[in-house]
Amino acid sequence: MDLRLTPEETAFREEVRGFIRDNLPADIRDRMRLGHRPRKQDTVDWLRILNKKGWAAPHWPVEHGGTGWTPVKRMIFTEENQAAPAPEPLSFNITMIGPVLIQFGTEEQKQRFLPRAKNLDDWWCQGFSEPGAGSDLASLKTSARREGDNYIVNGSKIWTSTAHNADWIFLLVRTNPNAAKRQEGISFLLLPVKQPGITIRPIISIDGAHHLNEVFFDDVKVPVSMRVYEENRGWDVAKYLLGNERTGIARLGKSRERIAAAKHMAREVKENGKPLIEDDDFRRRIAQFEVDMKALQITQFRVVSAYAKQRNGRPDPLSSVLKVKGTELLQGTSELAMDVGGPLSMPIWMDELATMANEPDELAEGLQESTGEYLMLRAASIYGGTNEIQKNIVSKAVLRL
Amino acid sequence: MDFELSDEQRLLKDSVDRLMADRYAFENRKAYAKESAGWSADLWSRYAELGLLGLPFAEEHGGFGGGAVEVMLVMEAMGRALALEPYLATVVLGGTAVRLAGNAAQQGAILPAIAEGAMKLAFAHSERQARYDLTDVATTAKRNGSGWLLDGAKSVVFHGDSADKLIVSARTSGAQDDANGITLFLVDGAAGGLARRGYTLRDETRGAELSLSNVSVADGDVLGEVGKGFPVVARVVEAGIAAMGAEAIGAMEAMHAMTLEYSRTREQFGKPIGQNQVVQHRLAEMLMSMEQGRSMAMLASISLDEPDEVERTRSMSMAKVGYGQAARFVSQQSIQLHGGIGMTEEYAVGHFFRRCMVIEHSFGDTAHHLARLAAQVE
Repeated sequence: MDLRLTPEETAFREEVRGFIRDNLPADIRDRMRLGHRPRKQDTVDWLRILNKKGWAAPHWPVEHGGTGWTPVKRMIFTEENQAAPAPEPLSFNITMIGPVLIQFGTEEQKQRFLPRAKNLDDWWCQGFSEPGAGSDLASLKTSARREGDNYIVNGSKIWTSTAHNADWIFLLVRTNPNAAKRQEGISFLLLPVKQPGITIRPIISIDGAHHLNEVFFDDVKVPVSMRVYEENRGWDVAKYLLGNERTGIARLGKSRERIAAAKHMAREVKENGKPLIEDDDFRRRIAQFEVDMKALQITQFRVVSAYAKQRNGRPDPLSSVLKVKGTELLQGTSELAMDVGGPLSMPIWMDELATMANEPDELAEGLQESTGEYLMLRAASIYGGTNEIQKNIVSKAVLRL
Repeated sequence: MDFELSDEQRLLKDSVDRLMADRYAFENRKAYAKESAGWSADLWSRYAELGLLGLPFAEEHGGFGGGAVEVMLVMEAMGRALALEPYLATVVLGGTAVRLAGNAAQQGAILPAIAEGAMKLAFAHSERQARYDLTDVATTAKRNGSGWLLDGAKSVVFHGDSADKLIVSARTSGAQDDANGITLFLVDGAAGGLARRGYTLRDETRGAELSLSNVSVADGDVLGEVGKGFPVVARVVEAGIAAMGAEAIGAMEAMHAMTLEYSRTREQFGKPIGQNQVVQHRLAEMLMSMEQGRSMAMLASISLDEPDEVERTRSMSMAKVGYGQAARFVSQQSIQLHGGIGMTEEYAVGHFFRRCMVIEHSFGDTAHHLARLAAQVE
């Protein structure tokens, strides 16, 4: 038993760090260090750079362009990428639709979509949640009626992140409203977003930004060849998608990055006449997060190595632990970074600042974005199965209650 | 990175787990606690027969050359059973001090005797005024011809009442809180001028207050170099932090299993209480907390032989905070979910709770180690 990285793993980490340092475009890096979220083109550019290196989809099978890395190496890569900070590989493409098509897709679907997903030639988004079906996903109502070689889709999806950027959407629809069990009447379809009958309504979230959307489907025609797996077996596909590849779920690199940002800003911000970083209470909060991050890092190693060795690709219910503890940390660290700002955490003032001074005010910019991150990350314990749902999973699957 | 146990480690774990399952049911434990020493002499011989008492010692000293992971497996089993015997005091604390600082003659005389169950040690370092400050030593040792005379007092010495030999720290130079100038001495339990007042701690293990008045110690019983005992003390404490972490994990596992079982069988309002979502979520939170604590206890054990001192002490403090907080949460919730029965002396869960409380207050509590980490934030 050894918790330390092997010399080979340490060398690998250095290689990843070096690659990111040398290849992440400076403008993207600078924006992200100030806490801005990557622009659409940033995410595209970075994934293409990774793809050229062969690192865009590390956990895909090697024949589809995966790297063949061990789970530990994949985890190192994910953390280094988050901590850099660099744009994260688009999860809809890399951890969702890619593995789904590899597992369930037809040969034609694989050939058509996989290379383009990996290179972000197609931007995918996820059409699962509905206004009446959030955590209770199986109660979804969007319907797909069969007409010859097509399905006719009607209904709406909500919380669809990045739909306004997307080229394609993967969609859960009800193909049999009369199935004995709700889960048995669902199918999984692929369709282009930009087509007649699809309307996208932006949802502005509490950080004032546009990530989320509501998507309406009005008699949208989808060829039967765009269905993944069997008709009415879409629930199996969705379960696979949600359980697949949980290595990055704890998002530890992101928490590390928030702590680094908080410390960095706390050196410039003063509390009672001295830098905030010298304040005992502040240091104790940092120390507590560092303890919790260390614990989660080791727990993640344990889950990842057990997953690789024993579970044959079946999801480990302990990945729910990673989700809950990881999002608690994400929210806690983003809260700390916001608190560093004090009164400066409140204004939305970048435009005004730019006109007031000729010099860019990086501290003010970082503080404003820290508040934005804090606001947005309240969603972390809601998406991907709320933390309450994760606790249900633990009590059913692990505790057998 | 690797989390697998070797075949030998698995065998060791199986045999210790089996021994504790056979011999350390909660009712057995109650009987052992009533024996004159406060623990089971019979079990102590069984530990010796199984090789547990010499586990971390070299083969030439009658040991098995086991490392931190082996000790961790034993301590986990002891934690699950709430073992009362002076394993931590003798093998982990005393054994580590002798292994690190003892000369060939001292090691040859002491380690094989421990391994065969013929000698028990206690580590007598902490003093009443020092709280968790390891450098605060007021007990003095003065030259007396070719030997030394010790004066002072030691507080909450684990199993100090029954130890055959005590490892006593005393100041041979420097101010009361200097790291330099601390020397370790091997003091016989029957030495003249040594008074021991034994008592029971909250968890039914034994402790003692020592007073030393002109206790005469021969030069050959200085353990390690004169004035350079502090690094040894620090390493002994680290071994204690790691061992107690494993013990806390064993205790948390036992409490969680007990509470889970109780929630399945205890009925209120016509159904098992475990069917209530609020109880299910609490048990899930306890499991998560325990797993985080387990990660930190593993960190402590595996960091014991980390050569970089800064890195090692930092990992130890992180581990102590991490498993201490987990143990506090899991043990408090275990009583809560049991309700009234969890408050009773006759029921096991409260005993685990008290062991966790003792563990948390040993070798620096959560606040102490968190402050240590906070001071290092850069």
